[in-house]
Amino acid sequence: MLKVENLTCGYDLKFNLSDINFNVNKGEIVGIIGPNGSGKTTLLKAITKVIKPKKGRILLYDKDIQEIEIKDLAKKVAVISQYSEIGYITVEEFVLLGRIPHYKKFQFLETKHDMEIVKKCMILTDIFKLKDRFMGEISSGERQTVLIARALAQEPELLLLDEPTTHLDITHQIRILDLIKRLNKELNLTVIMVLHDLNLASEYCERLILINEGKIHSIGTPEEVLKYQIIEEVYKTIVVVEKNPISLKPFVLVVTEEARKRSN
Amino acid sequence: MKRKSIYWIYWILALCGLLLATSLFSLCTGSVGIPLKKILEVIFTGKGTTEYSIIFNVRLPRIILGFAIGGALALSGVILQGMFRNPLVEPYTLGISGGAALGVCLNIIFRLYQTFTVSTLPLFGFLGALLVILLVYFLSIKKGILKITELLLTGVMISFISSSLIMLIMAVSRAEDLHGIIFWIMGSLEEPNLILIKLALLISTIGLIISYLFWKDLNAFLLGEEEALHLGINTERTKRLLFILSSFLTGCSVSVAGIIGFVGLVVPHFIRMFVGTDHRILLISAFLSGASFLIFCDTLARIIISPLELPVGVVTGILGGSIFIYVLSKKQIILGGK
Repeated sequence: MLKVENLTCGYDLKFNLSDINFNVNKGEIVGIIGPNGSGKTTLLKAITKVIKPKKGRILLYDKDIQEIEIKDLAKKVAVISQYSEIGYITVEEFVLLGRIPHYKKFQFLETKHDMEIVKKCMILTDIFKLKDRFMGEISSGERQTVLIARALAQEPELLLLDEPTTHLDITHQIRILDLIKRLNKELNLTVIMVLHDLNLASEYCERLILINEGKIHSIGTPEEVLKYQIIEEVYKTIVVVEKNPISLKPFVLVVTEEARKRSN
Repeated sequence: MKRKSIYWIYWILALCGLLLATSLFSLCTGSVGIPLKKILEVIFTGKGTTEYSIIFNVRLPRIILGFAIGGALALSGVILQGMFRNPLVEPYTLGISGGAALGVCLNIIFRLYQTFTVSTLPLFGFLGALLVILLVYFLSIKKGILKITELLLTGVMISFISSSLIMLIMAVSRAEDLHGIIFWIMGSLEEPNLILIKLALLISTIGLIISYLFWKDLNAFLLGEEEALHLGINTERTKRLLFILSSFLTGCSVSVAGIIGFVGLVVPHFIRMFVGTDHRILLISAFLSGASFLIFCDTLARIIISPLELPVGVVTGILGGSIFIYVLSKKQIILGGK
């Protein structure tokens, strides 16, 4: 459904991307990994039209996104980035903000249909019980779930997430990613997410795109990308790659300087 | 859903009631007290009496101007705070008042109001404001993108520059001019020109209507500029139009009534605590309460040291600030975070 062709884009000096080519199929979960400053977020921003490509194009269902109205794009693509504080807004009102792209030009009140979708999204993500709480009162794990519910209210076909598990403990990391996996299965939602944690990326993504210095280094299943040679080259860190005994997915273990000296 | 709209309607009715009450209070009180019971009688049958002339020539114009200016400033505050996602931004932060004050100062020291007429004072104020708006606007556009942080910084800097220039002018000006400048800067709803009052009323009402075309955009901006784009909002167009709308409202208010601080800062804040962040209710509520607040403060300014008058900016500052601190300490506020 999404095709990135020869994409070159970026800001003036840093985080430039060049010659990016990849496809994402409907219903896939694709993870974008790479060191800090490699251009992962820039790639997400290009897909959401925040920055314009200098060369190449991005096609959504074979249509160049530059030719799609941003309002129409918002009905197909939802983005979850970091939450920033808003005062005095309840969870329900917050989720309702996701309906904005669907309002008609001079529509003033949300319709029954809008409220049903909001309710459905809150039930699906299991936050219906929080609906009258303020965003400031709930925990950061709950807040992340609310962000997902808001994105779902857009009724997207493609969901983009920028580091959805940062600052969360493992309970919430797993809860969020399990939820995303479930939504992917139940709604046939295509997901592209930027992840820092290689092991979470390995467990949850069907394919990984490893970006290094603005270029795609490798692309493929977790088994193909998460090899110790590749990781050591890109991250410049000594690692050991094992297999998770339950899921049989690759598992990256770090080696500290002290341990390295000892083993030598 | 229905519940929310009904709640909104009640809320708007309550604010209209408050506005009516403050206006009546303002009509009754002053150096000549007119009892509430007598008001209707005077309005309908008292033509020719002193009371009639006090009500229609003195108090009513002030109330109408207070409504227009208070509403416009509060509305402009809501829009700017929403757009910048910064609760400390107010209409004067962007240097618009400084520009207007500078325009008026120049007019006064060069005695242009004597050569032409007194009505050139608001005109110069407006020109000053317009100049600053354009300056801030074009300095903040980088590569076709209006940068919100630069808008704020440029505005604050221009505000400093113009207030320093005003001090410079004051330092070298003659004593009689000095009085005029200070009087103007402190702000007043005393406006002999009826046409200006009507114009202010028209502009602020139209401003309110236009702001409603942007409720979706403002709500989306709650999430941040980039997120608003993700929700299908043309953020570049929205930022520009909202900046122009709010600064135009501020410029008009400042040039008619001088610098009346605090309304644009406190009222939006205050109202947000009660109605939440949805701009559909926030815009109208802020407008109505800003209007009531300014009319009330102006009445106090007239009566506290009657027959002399306090500058209304002093009253809005002291009253607004104290009420705000009181409410802030009483109400459990959820501003997000832990």
